[in-house]
Amino acid sequence: MNQIAQPVVEIRNLAKSYRRGDQIVPVLTNITFDIAAGDYVALMGPSGSGKSTLLNLIAGIDKPDSGILRVGGIDITALGEAELANWRSRNVGFIFQFYNLMPVLTAFENVELPLLLTDLPARERADHVNAALSMVGLSDRMEHFPSELSGGQQQRVAIARAIITDPTILVADEPTGDLDRVAAEDVLKMLDQLNRELGKTIIMVTHDPHSAAKARTVQHLDKGELRQA
Amino acid sequence: MHYFKLILRNAMRHKLRTGLTVLGIVVAILAFGLLRTVVDAWYHGSDAASKTRLITRNSISLVFSMPLTYSSKIRQIEGVKAVSHANWFGGVYVTEKNFFPQFAVQASTYFDLYPEYLVPPDQMRDFQRDRKAALVGRKLVDAYGFKVGDQVSLRGTIFPGTWEFVVRGIYDGSEKITDTSQFFFHWDYLNETMKKTASRRANSVGVYVISLASADRAAEVAAAVDREFKNSLAETLTETERAFQLGFVSMTEAIVVAIKIVSFLVIFIIMAVMANTMAMTVRERMAEYATLKALGFGPGHLAILIFGESLAIAGFGSALGIALTFPAADKFSMAMGTLFPVFYVNSETLIMQISAGLLVGFVAALLPCVRAANIRIVDGLRSVG
Amino acid sequence: MKIPLSYTLRNLWMRRLTTLLTAGGMALVVFVFATVLMLEEGLRKTLVETGSYDNVVVIRRSAQTEVQSAIDRPQAALIESQPEVAVGADGERMVSKETVVLVNLNKRDSGKPTNVMVRGVAPRGLTLRPQAKIIAGRMFSPGASEIVAGRNAAERFKGAGIGETLWFGQREWRVVGTFDAGKSGFDSEIWGDSDQLMQAFRRPVYSALLIKLDDPASFNAVKARLESDQRLTVEAKRETMFYADQSEMLAGFIRYLGLTLSIIFSVGAVIGAMITMYASVASRTAEIGTLRALGFRQGSVMAAFMFEAILLGFVGGCGGLFLASFMQFFTISTMNWQSFSELAFSFSLTPGIAAKTLAFALVMGLVGGFLPAMQAARLPIIDALRAA
Repeated sequence: MNQIAQPVVEIRNLAKSYRRGDQIVPVLTNITFDIAAGDYVALMGPSGSGKSTLLNLIAGIDKPDSGILRVGGIDITALGEAELANWRSRNVGFIFQFYNLMPVLTAFENVELPLLLTDLPARERADHVNAALSMVGLSDRMEHFPSELSGGQQQRVAIARAIITDPTILVADEPTGDLDRVAAEDVLKMLDQLNRELGKTIIMVTHDPHSAAKARTVQHLDKGELRQA
Repeated sequence: MHYFKLILRNAMRHKLRTGLTVLGIVVAILAFGLLRTVVDAWYHGSDAASKTRLITRNSISLVFSMPLTYSSKIRQIEGVKAVSHANWFGGVYVTEKNFFPQFAVQASTYFDLYPEYLVPPDQMRDFQRDRKAALVGRKLVDAYGFKVGDQVSLRGTIFPGTWEFVVRGIYDGSEKITDTSQFFFHWDYLNETMKKTASRRANSVGVYVISLASADRAAEVAAAVDREFKNSLAETLTETERAFQLGFVSMTEAIVVAIKIVSFLVIFIIMAVMANTMAMTVRERMAEYATLKALGFGPGHLAILIFGESLAIAGFGSALGIALTFPAADKFSMAMGTLFPVFYVNSETLIMQISAGLLVGFVAALLPCVRAANIRIVDGLRSVG
Repeated sequence: MKIPLSYTLRNLWMRRLTTLLTAGGMALVVFVFATVLMLEEGLRKTLVETGSYDNVVVIRRSAQTEVQSAIDRPQAALIESQPEVAVGADGERMVSKETVVLVNLNKRDSGKPTNVMVRGVAPRGLTLRPQAKIIAGRMFSPGASEIVAGRNAAERFKGAGIGETLWFGQREWRVVGTFDAGKSGFDSEIWGDSDQLMQAFRRPVYSALLIKLDDPASFNAVKARLESDQRLTVEAKRETMFYADQSEMLAGFIRYLGLTLSIIFSVGAVIGAMITMYASVASRTAEIGTLRALGFRQGSVMAAFMFEAILLGFVGGCGGLFLASFMQFFTISTMNWQSFSELAFSFSLTPGIAAKTLAFALVMGLVGGFLPAMQAARLPIIDALRAA
């Protein structure tokens, strides 16, 4: 087993609530935990437990009401809209349940998308994209549009897109939720590989115990609070 | 009734889109109505023309005159009830921009031929008595604020000099289409002045107006008048007042045609906008239509829903547009001053507006309807995600 | 930093029907806009070409048009003797004493009557208008009942073609030639010998005098002297100004009507673009959320949608301009209200008009796309992602 290193995500007393009409609904209350670099965390919990909200906060696409949230040593709650966007583009790789590929772009172009936010020249971008796509085993599908790919293939394109910028953390929200068993196994294997061989820190939301079993650490959420399993 | 509710709710689902579409239709129907009304205004002169009046002019063109002596000769022709005459004056009131027609008319006879000009008897008496008197139409009063007793001076373009007049009367029209933007004064005043300053141009008449005993003798009398003056120094051309007015319209026909074309273009534009709205709406609701089909609704039911929604939106927009046409036409007429002597929205325009609105609603729903009717349930349901 | 252009292009292509309908609506608006500008330009060109800068038209004061004007012989002699008048190679003064009348002729296509300007010119009058050239037949001979017709007049009016005859002023006039006056207003006129026409119409006076100046700069001096002379009641205008003034009302009408229509119509087209763009944003909410999650800024998303709207405008603009370019083959002929005579002019497309038209189309796209693009940029990321 690898040595658990410095925490890459530090969460202290994190709270978040939403307004529904004139009601205030607490989603997360007083969350505190760390995620070490190279860890593979599964966030589990029933529907409405706040696991997706927690993932969104860590990924910097939502803002907490209070508490401290440091990723890679940076307090992302202090960042403005534009800084946060810039931060995400370099530090977060996203994998969604429904892949969220641009239907009008090819597999190649979809993977290339995050690199357009860097100042890499076109030649180097292409090299990176080729490498990422061959890693997910889709070298022969580069010019295909998402509608021409199976669900499993689309999710592999999404994974290639997530790792293309070599981000600090990978966040995955139900990555196997829309896939059949074979494709799901495939994706889990790939995540495992990314964690073990490339040392990627992965945070995954799932309600499937089989998926969660692949993770190194499992955090259970219930009614907005962490519960030790 | 269930359909009606569903159609209305569907139409209100995208409030912003429906609102924008309605706004577009309002603008289009309004513009269409105004343009048709402008075209109508062009023809009002000929619509208002009486069937029992003939106009005689110099056959070369209107800029040539005829001798005053023709008057008595015309009166003797069989079928002629009365004769009067007038000259186009073409003066400028303060600046060139203030255009309105001015006529020097034989005061004692002219107004008997034009019963549609309504003048209070005392004002008519004052007008007849004063050699420098002028009689102005209601529309001129509205545009320039003339009052009885006002001094008005016109700068002659055809008849040199500055001419002074006193407003002695104001006339109203007996019909909606009566032109009340004219300025009448005594032909005798014009003639006496010309006798003094340019005797060569004295005793010459621009047009003779002939009142007929009966309308069906128009062609016969017109031919008789022209025969009378054949091979004279000033040959004549006599036609009904209506033909005379239409002659003016035909000279600017290109403009009328252009406005007509443009009025249909605006309907095409809004048709594209509306068709787009319906195409998008139907595309977004494919899953719902597939669901309805799965529940056992047929293509006919879907057609009712789609056509209903399209017609509801187009109908509502058209109704608003038509309602706005009336105040807009009033404003426009006001802004144009006396350029269009008669300007109002007629019933034919309303019918065209309604038809255009319904046509837009109908055409816009056609293609989307075919698409929805042909969708396979399985494909449609799949497009949910 | 930027979302690739191909993303925008392919999105437009994917929604072909909608793109086509929206751009089509815009194209029609652009067509109207361009056509009006072309018409105004055509009219302007026709009237600018009609006059020469070193020619001066002298008419009776306040007469406004040549037809309404009258200048008697003693006055004409006085005007002719001004020292600034150019002298021709033959030693004669470069002055044309003209008589201008309107004659009713019937149009060839519809048979409807219209007013045609018939101009009696001195033989010298032709050298004052070098743009007019005989293109068929020959010039009228002085002293004969012969006339020549402008290109447009010969085409449009019954009896005005070569070899045909016209009857007016108790005489038959033989058409012996057709002239081309370089798309100017003279193309719509009929010319004959001044003395012959005056006899036929029994007019003892001229309508107007056209004089050529030795030095165009001496215009103000001549004008001042003529207009202050107690023996004369005339006004002098440069020929170019004279014709421009004559069409002021018609040009104003075209401009006013065209502008009003363009504004009203563009409201419709902008609404169309707005509806399309709002729908475009709505159907791509999840994509927008993804792009933002990946780190694209609000500005980039806004730019992508604005670009899409402007592109729509561009397609519409090109389409409309393409349609409008065919209008160059048409000639409009209508009565000029001020001179009361028929005037033919064509639609004229210039690079300036093309640029203005395209700019108009792009602005329509810009205006239509602004609010939807703003909405796209402001979508909360999580809500947008949830729309998947």
